Amino acid sequence: MTVLTDAIVTRISGPVVAAKGLEGARMFDIVRIGEMGLVGEIIRLEGNTAQIQVYEDTTGLKPGEKIVNTNRPLSMQLGPGLLTSIFDGIQRPLDVLREESGDFISRGKMIPALDQKKKWDFIPVKKKGEQVVPGEIIGEVQETPLIKHKIMIPHNLSGELVDISEGQFTVNDNVASVKNSKTIDIGLSSWWTVRTPRPVLRKLPPEEPLITGQRILDTFFPIAKGGTACIPGPFGSGKTVIQQQLAKWADSEIIVYIGCGERGNEMCDVLTSFPKLIDPKSKRPLMERTILVANTSNMPVAAREASIYTGITMGEYYRDMGYGVALMADSTSRWAEALREISGRLEEMPGEEGYPAYLGRRLAEFYERSGKSILISPEERQGSLSLIGAVSPPGGDFSEPVSQNTLRVTRVFWALDANLANRRHFPAINWLTSYSLYVDDLADWYKSKVSKDWIDLRKEALELLQKESELQEIVQLVGYDALPEPEKGVLDIARSIREDYLQQSAFDEVDTYTSIQKQYKMLQIILEFGRLEADAIKKGITAANASSLTSRGMIPKMKWTKEDQLEQLVNDIKSKMKQEFDNLSKEISN
Amino acid sequence: MSNVSFKTLDKIAGPLIFVKGVDNAAYGEMVEIKLPDGERLPGQVLDTSQGLAVVQVFGPTIGLNTTGTSTKFLGEAATLAVSDEMLGRVFDGLGNPRDNGPKIVSKEKLDLVGAGINPYSREEPSEFIQTGISNIDGMNTLVRGQKLPIMSASGLPHNQLAAQIARQAKVLGTEESFSVVFAAIGITSEESNYFIKQFEESGALERTALFLNLSSDPSMERILTPRLALTTAEFLAYERGMHVLVILTDMTNYCEALREIAAAREEVPGRRGYPGYLYTDLASIYERAGKIKGRQGSVTQIPILTMPADDITHPIPDLTGYITEGQIVMSRELHRANIQPPVDVLTSLSRLMNQGIGQGRTREDHRQLADQLYSAYAQGKDARALAAIVGEGALSDLDKKFLGVANNFEQKFVNQGLDENRSIEQTLSIGWDLLSGLSETELTRIKPEFIAKYAKKTSTGDTKKSE
Repeated sequence: MTVLTDAIVTRISGPVVAAKGLEGARMFDIVRIGEMGLVGEIIRLEGNTAQIQVYEDTTGLKPGEKIVNTNRPLSMQLGPGLLTSIFDGIQRPLDVLREESGDFISRGKMIPALDQKKKWDFIPVKKKGEQVVPGEIIGEVQETPLIKHKIMIPHNLSGELVDISEGQFTVNDNVASVKNSKTIDIGLSSWWTVRTPRPVLRKLPPEEPLITGQRILDTFFPIAKGGTACIPGPFGSGKTVIQQQLAKWADSEIIVYIGCGERGNEMCDVLTSFPKLIDPKSKRPLMERTILVANTSNMPVAAREASIYTGITMGEYYRDMGYGVALMADSTSRWAEALREISGRLEEMPGEEGYPAYLGRRLAEFYERSGKSILISPEERQGSLSLIGAVSPPGGDFSEPVSQNTLRVTRVFWALDANLANRRHFPAINWLTSYSLYVDDLADWYKSKVSKDWIDLRKEALELLQKESELQEIVQLVGYDALPEPEKGVLDIARSIREDYLQQSAFDEVDTYTSIQKQYKMLQIILEFGRLEADAIKKGITAANASSLTSRGMIPKMKWTKEDQLEQLVNDIKSKMKQEFDNLSKEISN
Repeated sequence: MSNVSFKTLDKIAGPLIFVKGVDNAAYGEMVEIKLPDGERLPGQVLDTSQGLAVVQVFGPTIGLNTTGTSTKFLGEAATLAVSDEMLGRVFDGLGNPRDNGPKIVSKEKLDLVGAGINPYSREEPSEFIQTGISNIDGMNTLVRGQKLPIMSASGLPHNQLAAQIARQAKVLGTEESFSVVFAAIGITSEESNYFIKQFEESGALERTALFLNLSSDPSMERILTPRLALTTAEFLAYERGMHVLVILTDMTNYCEALREIAAAREEVPGRRGYPGYLYTDLASIYERAGKIKGRQGSVTQIPILTMPADDITHPIPDLTGYITEGQIVMSRELHRANIQPPVDVLTSLSRLMNQGIGQGRTREDHRQLADQLYSAYAQGKDARALAAIVGEGALSDLDKKFLGVANNFEQKFVNQGLDENRSIEQTLSIGWDLLSGLSETELTRIKPEFIAKYAKKTSTGDTKKSE
């Protein structure tokens, strides 16, 4: 297709530009606008006129300036070098951008996502002359000490491997050739259009939890590997902290973190803290498995819309290699608002609350890109992509369109609660309104990997919390003193579950991560105490008496205790509480 | 397009004029509008196409007509001439001198709408600012480079609080004080005079630049005023190495002005008639705070906004809260109880607090002490609500204790008046005093080692009982 050079800008209204003369232009083609060469994307075509959303600030642009079609939709170079990088919404590495244009982001600069000069060691795993099929891994690059980058045959290609060579290559070099009807070169990198999902063979049911080290999530509302979760909450309720905790501690091999309309200072915090964090298992910096996409709230709105797709495409690419990938998007509301803003500029008929009518479809399409899948590959390789999206509902009201449309397609709901946040109960996830539809799918895993009674313990704890909320309503009416002793006992143990188990400090060295084994032991002790307390109360001991026991005072110490010293403490508490309750019942019977 | 005049005014609608026959006005280009009586007004291109430019007029449209008015397109985006001379001066909402002093002449002209800071270039804000106000220093710590709005409502002393912060703020261990850039956006002359008097009395006026758009000034200027202030602040911070405190008051008036333009353009309205891009627009103001690696200065922002009908879910406070790094919320209830400053600690938040506190910055127990106070105060308030129904006598012993903590917290910790300047040690010490009535099992937020080190024993010795 030839590029028409007489195409010009006819109208500029904020981030939306109209152009005429772009004949042969297709929807979602990328164009370069004006002398500054601003990057934009065609989002509507009417006869000779194209409407374009511009990924950069349009100040200074004039009608009559030239516009050039690149004839390619928004696409991304995928290859070694993505990990440890930080990109803006349109895949420009921010560190390189800083070197080239200084501390402030200048316009019209297109910088390749991948380092074009760096040489990577490519080690073939297939030999010349072998037959290869779509998705087959032909070689590896040690991208970071944690992750081997697999070089794969494209999804639409098979044939004989006529050439493959070991050695040092840049991302633009070819490392192999495949011959079927003609010979096709395979490079160290490939291109993919970000708005198109990368295909898989078929999706599998979820059966393994994504362990996050966060007690309320792992114990009560787990997300499966390849699953979807939604965290809606008003501002200040701790969405970002939870997202960052997941990015730090989730037992996923690759993490993609999208800061969509985030605060600049918060992104800077991520940038400074992530490289210092050490993976508990491999003892390597967590950054070596992480990709960051940072589109701060003051960056152009259209780039914010694109950032979600940039992020998920990279996630899918690593999933295709057979890795478990977890993607956090913070926040999808900003993405939806970007859609609304562009839609408004196009003067489209608005749907609910001014959002475009296609909001629900776009959200569903995004979340549907998750899953645990059998990949297109000869060995039926498996990979998973878990999606966790934060939603920022205006005024914390979950009835708004973005929350509602997200809840329709996600299977885990972590409801953040301003009341909990105000009293600094963190994570401020409400245990009564949250849910996880994966619990039944994951029951077998918990039974075989943690303990047979895990599911029962979980149920017991949730019932106590439910009972507590009912009792609190009664207390509101008649006062605490009017409650019978057994009910007071329930309130005491529920308080312990809330304070000593559900509350977890993200900023404490030990408490920030709790292994699933430690979670089990903690919950077991708390519930064991509850049972002994209930028994004792039946025998005539008061709840006040039971809750002032020394062993009760030892329970809060568990969360501050390192994993290797926990066993000791747990045994101490066990023997102490047995002894104390024995003494109490002796006193009573005397 | 530079220096071309048009007399082809087609339509005037509210603050907008539509100029026909203009072929290539740049988006965001500045315009000079000459009225029939010779008066000149600035304007800016909001929408441009071949043959038509929509221009927003920064001033009253009284006297404009479609035949005698001429518009000149100046060929450049909005800029501000900046220099060191700006400190100690008073400007109007468009940056012209208001104090009979000379116009600022400088070769250095900066774009009013600056490019965003590359997140990679940002330096993490981590220097604790001691404001001398316990509920900010102790519970919602401000750090250099943060943007922390005061969300208030009509009739509450937010101006006094902002003035107190400006007067008392300092970084521990350094003697350098903040330079202040103050932007009045549609506030009354009384309020503005209050600030000027405060700056004068504390001797801060000579390191303060003021941009005043008062209630009687044209509302459209309000779009530019905060940007003038921030451009000045960025110049002083990043080019001159100063630590700048920017006070923007009142952001609600800014949003109203934005809504006025959106309505005049007949845009599809978002919530409560505010434009759909209110979030993006506010972000372009609030995000202009921070520190840059390798540069000395910093911009710390304290925007003030009044919540219509005390409603924190109103779009203005709501969107602000999603952009800023926390919020200081004023409470009418506390104000009525004569507690000064009446800051509602529970709904307030500082997101950068953890970076600014702890060992080496304030004290190692700061975080956990604050968490414990939060939790105790929240439980105490619950108990208070309960006592209102069932009577204090029916409360459990624990609830009674927490109720006591909550009462003391308001009376001794929050209530400090507008003149007292407390050091961080004093603030933390008062905090531990409040907790002295609770036993160790009730201090679930604090590690045992800190309790042993810092807790104050009461006469009953209750605190250390349960080991």
